[in-house]
Amino acid sequence: MSCSRRDFLKDAVSGAAATVLPLSAFVFLTTDEAKAAIAEAKVRWAFLVDTTKCVGCGLCVTACKNENEIPYDAPVTRTWVERYVVTTDGRTLADSPDGGRDGFTTGTIRDEEIDPENVAKAFFVPKLCNQCDNPACVQVCPVGATYQTHDGVVLIDREWCIGCGYCIMACPYGVRFFHPEHKVADKCNFCYHRITKGMQPACVDSCAFGARRIANLRDPDDPVTQIITTERVAVLKDEYGTKPHVFYIGLDASVR
Amino acid sequence: MSQEAIVHGVEWTAKELFVYPNEFIYWSIQIVMYPYMTGLVAGAFVLSSLYHVFGQKDLKEIAQFSLVFSLALLPVAALPLLLHLQQPLRAMEPLLTPHFTSAIAAFGIVFTAYGLIVVSEIWFVYREYFVHQLEVLKGAPGFWNAQRRIAYKVLTVGARDVSEEAIAVDHKAAKILAGIGIPVACFLHGYAGFIFGSVKANALWMSPLMPVIFIMSAVVSGIALCMLTYIVIMEWQAFRKRRQGGAEAAGDIKGAEKEIISKATRYLLGFLIAAISLELLDLIFRGYTAMKSWDILRTVMYGKDFINIFVLQYTLGNLVPFVLLILPGLTIRRTVVALLLVLFGVFMMRWNVVIGGQAFSLSFAGYMHYHIPVIPHSFETFKEGVLGALTVIATPFVLFWLINKFVPSLRRDIGEV
Amino acid sequence: MKRHVLHPLWVAIGLVGLIFLARLFVVPDDFGVHGDSFTYNYHRLSNVQEWRDFPVKYQGRDSCVECHEDNVRTQRRGPHKRIQCENCHGPSGPSGNHPDEEEYLPLNKERALCMRCHASLEYPDAARSDLPSIHDRRHKRRRECVECHNPHDPREDVE
Repeated sequence: MSCSRRDFLKDAVSGAAATVLPLSAFVFLTTDEAKAAIAEAKVRWAFLVDTTKCVGCGLCVTACKNENEIPYDAPVTRTWVERYVVTTDGRTLADSPDGGRDGFTTGTIRDEEIDPENVAKAFFVPKLCNQCDNPACVQVCPVGATYQTHDGVVLIDREWCIGCGYCIMACPYGVRFFHPEHKVADKCNFCYHRITKGMQPACVDSCAFGARRIANLRDPDDPVTQIITTERVAVLKDEYGTKPHVFYIGLDASVR
Repeated sequence: MSQEAIVHGVEWTAKELFVYPNEFIYWSIQIVMYPYMTGLVAGAFVLSSLYHVFGQKDLKEIAQFSLVFSLALLPVAALPLLLHLQQPLRAMEPLLTPHFTSAIAAFGIVFTAYGLIVVSEIWFVYREYFVHQLEVLKGAPGFWNAQRRIAYKVLTVGARDVSEEAIAVDHKAAKILAGIGIPVACFLHGYAGFIFGSVKANALWMSPLMPVIFIMSAVVSGIALCMLTYIVIMEWQAFRKRRQGGAEAAGDIKGAEKEIISKATRYLLGFLIAAISLELLDLIFRGYTAMKSWDILRTVMYGKDFINIFVLQYTLGNLVPFVLLILPGLTIRRTVVALLLVLFGVFMMRWNVVIGGQAFSLSFAGYMHYHIPVIPHSFETFKEGVLGALTVIATPFVLFWLINKFVPSLRRDIGEV
Repeated sequence: MKRHVLHPLWVAIGLVGLIFLARLFVVPDDFGVHGDSFTYNYHRLSNVQEWRDFPVKYQGRDSCVECHEDNVRTQRRGPHKRIQCENCHGPSGPSGNHPDEEEYLPLNKERALCMRCHASLEYPDAARSDLPSIHDRRHKRRRECVECHNPHDPREDVE
């Protein structure tokens, strides 16, 4: 039966080759565009949050919802504000009622009234998508529906997303969610439609206290870039290796 | 707020303490069912291959059955995913534009490859039977006989040669496929474990042991299900025969079963021990190294989920059946109880991984509770509720009944290897 | 050699062929790796432009000053000078929406809006504490703030 085995193998190999060849079409289609894109990378977007300036008004969250068509009543948001209250006896209480959408107008946290005398320190921390350099969410997308642009922003293709939720599980920062109307994954994209027109993200514009600022890391004359590169800044959860690009001033050890 | 514009997950998630705003239990019951069903597929196939590849003659009858049953299980493995996807009409995309850096992209390829192997192996095993049926049905009257003839004609795919040489080639091919199928079946389920184990953002899932734990418990569940279904069917047939032909005929069947059962049990126990060891190793390591997430994991595992993990999964699902199976004087009844508990235990393992991994917030300062929808009030609460899970469980049996009409897996005179 | 043994292989290859055929029709032509990384740059290229074309809602204060110069000037004088008009008046976009399609923007005059910044939380050393604040219960309950305070320049009393 050695003849049949040889024939069998021959056919199997030719069959495999026939399938492998078109498989190569999966990768590296448009090299010209790719080269052009890389050369053009004079922009790398980054964000600076100054927690010493945030007053917790939540107007950024409202502006984001309006600008990006996220239903106001839906319990999901592209950006949110967290409040941290550290008491004199060492407890840390944190909350984000509706993501801070309506601001923080009472000192009560989850039905616990906190006596101002017992507050050692308290502050607000706005959060948004970190537009990571090594985005774990992009790595796990099974169909290529989410990706990183050449200027560093991670976008989601609403026409292609299958709604598996893997990217949502993979994000260490919890910035992703399912859009209740479009039924696909969604997240902050630095208001890509605004920044590519020379405007600021909606949350940056709406902040009257200068707690939110956007930067182009490739522009040495950008004043925000200068702060990031010359002053002491921190990032969230860098242990995951995602290389986040939202930098924080005044980030406390108690921040989750 | 309209019915359609409800955030996925909000209806069955209850948050406690500090949870990030966008966090919900996104991966719910269907994502528990999915690794459970693929595990059964892998396990059933491995059991069948123990006979076809390793020549374990005692397992011949159950091997036949488990091969066909793994085919019935296969489409059902994809069903939970279709029910879970927010865009199920785009389900083909992982086959069209697979992003291979994602473990889920492997699904399309591996699933398809595995399906082809199982179907091919069944074809080689039953081809002689198909051709024979064509002979038998020649000129047989009636509409349904004509339909069956057409079906068998299609199933032979034009290969009608039933000479000794041809049959010998069939057997060889079946053996090769059974051999190739084992690593593919392991890959099918191992990668399901990789889906979870590679998520660095989830403190409970992230572990290199995950794929191996999943494979081991998958084989356990597959063997258990095949044994259980086999026992049920054989007991039913014996019951019917007894009513017709008396105790002799029944005694025949029972006798043969005992050897099969004890052989399969030994394999089951081996994989069970492997699965338990790895899980305990994972737990011990986490407690010993006490990383940042250990505080919250501890409160989840030893507190909120204590009953789910230590009582339902480890004790009822692992320890009790283990003891039941190694005690001397094993009876069919005791085996059935043990097998049911094993199947329950493997289900709880999937539950504790998927739901348990979402029981705590990314903030490590809050919890999420899963309230599975029982009575559905919308399509979504049906799909992701108890009824959706029951649909998934029932379907393989329906499919098996259908497939068995053309590929009789319980007759002893067919499919000799 | 018994060729029939290869029949399943032909079926398999046929199936794979079908997938590639489907790919030709279903997958957009510009789907591929657009960058130097398959991991991070695998996508449909035209989606980038789709996001660039997403309608802009908030137009910014510089577009309000054209018609509402007096209010803008009032605001620029006082402590609310850095608050965007649209924070309280709502977005005026997409372009052309206001005043062409929507003559009056929905104005939020509610107490809750002002309380976002001015509800007293008494946190030490926080930026919040630099703002003038009131305790909701103790100051003119059930009245709207704008009945007494001019939101454009709250130093000016309305009455």
